[in-house]
Parts: sequence; C-alpha cells; structure tokens
Amino acid sequence: MDQQRIGELVRVSARVRQLIVEVLICAGCGHPGGAFSSVDLMVGLYFHALRIDPKRPSAPDRDLFVLSKGHSSVGLYTVLHARGFLDEKTLMTFRQDGSALGGHPIKDKVPGIEVSTGSLGHGFSVAAGMALGIKKDGQAKRVFVMVGDGECQEGSVWEAAMFAAHYKLDNLVAIVDRNRIQIDGFTEDILALEPMVDKWEAFGWAVRRINGHSMTEIVAAMDALPLGKGRPSVIIADTVKGKGVSFMENNPAWHGGGISGANIEIARADTYWPGDKGV
Amino acid sequence: MSKQSIRHVYGACLTELGRKYPQLMVLDADLKESTQSIQFERVFPDRYIECGIAEQNMLCVAAGLALVGKIPVVHSFAAFIAMRACEQVRTSIAYPGLNVKIVGTHAGVTAGSAGTTHHALEDIAIMRAMAGMTVFVPGDARELEQVIAAAFVINGPVYIRLGAIDYEDVYRDSDQFISGRATLLRPGNDVTIMTTGHLMHAGVVAADILKDQHGISARVLQMASIKPLDHAAIVAAVRETAGIVTVEDHNILGGLGGAVCEAACAAGGARVERIGVKDGFCGVGSCAFLLQQQKVTVDSIVLAVLDICCQKRG
Repeated sequence: MDQQRIGELVRVSARVRQLIVEVLICAGCGHPGGAFSSVDLMVGLYFHALRIDPKRPSAPDRDLFVLSKGHSSVGLYTVLHARGFLDEKTLMTFRQDGSALGGHPIKDKVPGIEVSTGSLGHGFSVAAGMALGIKKDGQAKRVFVMVGDGECQEGSVWEAAMFAAHYKLDNLVAIVDRNRIQIDGFTEDILALEPMVDKWEAFGWAVRRINGHSMTEIVAAMDALPLGKGRPSVIIADTVKGKGVSFMENNPAWHGGGISGANIEIARADTYWPGDKGV
Repeated sequence: MSKQSIRHVYGACLTELGRKYPQLMVLDADLKESTQSIQFERVFPDRYIECGIAEQNMLCVAAGLALVGKIPVVHSFAAFIAMRACEQVRTSIAYPGLNVKIVGTHAGVTAGSAGTTHHALEDIAIMRAMAGMTVFVPGDARELEQVIAAAFVINGPVYIRLGAIDYEDVYRDSDQFISGRATLLRPGNDVTIMTTGHLMHAGVVAADILKDQHGISARVLQMASIKPLDHAAIVAAVRETAGIVTVEDHNILGGLGGAVCEAACAAGGARVERIGVKDGFCGVGSCAFLLQQQKVTVDSIVLAVLDICCQKRG
C-alpha cells in the first residue's frame, strides 16, 4: 500500500469528520462518540475493502455491510454520502421529522443500508445468517459487520460467535470498535470485556488487534482477510470514543448528543484538516 | 374420527414443501425430534441448520438468510421462540417484513407435565401484537396442511402455532382454510362458538350436544387465522346470534378471546364469553387434566352457550 493511497483515505476520513460535525449541528442530536471512533474504520471499509458500487447499490455480487452498532448511524450515512450513495440534502435531514435517516439505520429507505439495526446484538447474528446463506449458494461475496464493544455484553453476540465458527463462516468479518466507553461509563468499570483477543480466539475466530485510527493498520488488516482458513475473522480495533473532537474524546458524556452553542466552533476547528478549505 | 400427531404431520408437510421451494431452509434449536423438523433434515441435510440452544441467534440468523433470498423456517417450543427470542422476531423479522416462517410447538398447555416453564399461554397475544405478523393456529391435520401451504404463499413473516398432542380429525372434505377467513364447521343462528387450534374439536362436539340435547343451533367457526382476523364473520355473529363463546388453549387475555372482543366491540358490542386459561399459570399434569382444571372443556362450552341463551330470553 503506497503512501499516496493511505493519504487519500486519511483525507477522506478528515472530510467525513467535518461532515459529521455539520450533520450533528443541523440535527441537534445523535450519537457522536461511537460515530467518530469508527470513522477511520468505516472509510477503510467503504473506500478500500468493500466490493461495492454506488451506481449499482443492489448488485447481486456486492459485499454486504451491517452496522450492528446501529446507533453510530450518523457515521454510516456520512460515509455513504462521501462514497456517492446519498446526496447531501438527504444527509442533512438526519433525525428530522419524516426523514429516511433515523437515529438507527432503516433498511430500504436509502440505498446502501442492508439491515435495520439499533437493537444491540441483532445485526451480528443477521450478518452470520447472511454469510451462511451466501456460503450455501457458493458465492464469493463477503459480509462485514461492525460491532460495538459495549454491544459484546449482549449474550446473543456470543451465541453468534459460536455459530459463525461452528459453520466455518470465513466469508464473515467482524470489526469491533473497541472505544472502551458505553453509555453509563467505561466498559471495564461496567461489565469488563477484556481479554478480548483471548475471548474471540477461544470462540474459534481468527483475530487481529489493530490501532483503529491508523489507516495503514486498517488497510493492512483488511488486505489480509480472511485472517484464517475456515474461520471467521475479527478485527479488534482500539479506538478513541469521540476521536477528532477535543471535548468528546474519551468522555462518556458524549455517547449521545448534538453539537450546539460554543461547541460548534470548537468542533469545526478540531476537525479542520491542514491544507483544507473546509467542507 | 381418528387422531394424528400434529407435529408428525407437520414434519411431513414441511419436507414436501422442501421439494417445491428450493430456497427453503430449516432451522432448529436442539429440538428437532420434538418439533419434527428432523423429517426435513433426513431428506435435505444441506438445507438444515442446527443452531443449538441459542434461540435469539437463531431468529436473527433466519433474518440474515431471508435477506440473501432464502425462505427460512425456524422451530422451537412456542414458549421459547415467542418469548426468549421475542424482540429478535419483532425487530429483525417483523419490522423489516422478512419472509421467515416461525413455528412454535408444544403451545398452550400441550406440553402437559413438563410444567409451566414449557407451557405457552401468551404466544398468540405476543405475536399478533407485532405489526406485519401473520398468526395461524391450525386445529387438525387437514387444516394444518392448508395452513402451511397458505403460509408459504405469503411473502412475509408468519407464526404457526402447534401443540404437542394428537389432534382429533375435524375437517370434512368440503372444509377449507383461507387466510383471513373463519371456517364454518356448523351453521347455526342462536349462539356462535369460535375456536382456535386443537379446541376446534371441542367446539364441534359441544355444538352437536347443544343441538341434540337442548335444541340449540350453535354456529361453529374455527378461527385458525388469528391474524388477519375475519372481522366480517365476527360482525355477522354479533348481528345474527345472541352471543359469542371463544375457546382457546391460551390465556384469555390477548389471544382469540381478546381479538374477538376487540372486533365485537367495534361492531357495536356483544356478549362474549371467553373460555381459556384465566390469567394464571397451570401446574403439572396431562394436557387433558390441565384443560379440565382450567374449565376448558366441552361441558364449559355447552354451559356458556346455555347461559347466553337463558339470559337473552330473560
């Protein structure tokens, strides 16, 4: 992977962060923390790993992506916009009355959303079902699913983890956004999740742990897929909740909320990209 | 009349449909003998997915399969599939309107001496409260065959409720199940008896006793299609007969009795006597013993009809 390409992806991430700030200012509410923590991963997916075409969003041979941590929808919508699935006018209707863009993604309302998610744990199992069906049909396409770290407290996540390993779903890739924060505080204080790598390995998955804000590591992990033969892959990405917006970073108070008042200028300044003239 | 194990009939039907629908896939949660999904597995092992004791995952896996073009049929006991995995059904199947068939066996008190943990007295109420869900409760082998065929014509979620017992044959050659329609088993104009599931047989027996011993003509409607419900049949019952007796192996809250009361009220109101489990849990015993204990019997139906007739005359 040449530095030119990494530079392009980093630039896209910066632009997506700027846009998320604008959407959250417009909406006045949302889930910024988990959207910002997963931006680099989402850009790695949508601009590098996923075999998709915004001109053919229903192409039968496309890779499928499921945002199991559906609350970070603003990140998904913004990346879909940046990738050409969604126009800016629609993007700016996020969470408005009658909008197609709900606080949690709604299937079929806009192109590129494969599954309605938001109830934690569901999307991961749904992705396992998709991967199984695709494998039964002998198709080459892959299923990617992003899971929140707090979401891994749901028992059904581990039902699905067992299931995917049992059925050798090596066409399934989970990405855990390990931002260490959930609504009520830090995951390790609320219901400890570590050791994450050991847990996933014990459940039969091929595991790689990366820095979820290093585009080089993200791209390298995605290029290495599948991580194991006959096993599902999981990329555990260590991230910072609220990454890129100073007052949100590592602050459990910013799981949910909009950007208003004095925070507007701070968030815009924080997401400014050198050499960029803004959005 | 003879009896048939409804689950064995079901397993055979499902296997037959497997030949017709190549996309059909069957899932079970470690209960394949009990639900008789094993019959399908024997013929189509590649299209059979054992999910283990993990119902929540199973329902969402089914959703995922439906999203890539399969027609999944999921199985477990009604108590587990409708309650343990309730939110998975509601949010990941009913909400997106996915083509998943959900089969709950051992419903009502038919699990008998297994006890309250294995009884399902709430599943009809739960499933019919979900938008977009179709709910069928067949009452004998022939009705079941027609219910299953109808369920596969629907491109959306369907809940099919079965018991663990042998079901008495009731359907005659002329009887036909149609989604959204009550099946008229006995014509009559004095009182209406509405049944669902295996209690269809009790309703018919009660009507025959009422006719032979009391000279009362009771209309018997089998309501296997709980949702969509046959509102026209209920309106007609309200207008043409003195009252309605509902009979179900379910809590009287929210099931057939509840559904009929809602429709009867909307039609201007009628006397509705609900026979079923009266908002309690049942203990240990055979299905017949427990139904007797709950007064879900032919005698109770006859007495309820007589009571309605008596008060109407008064």
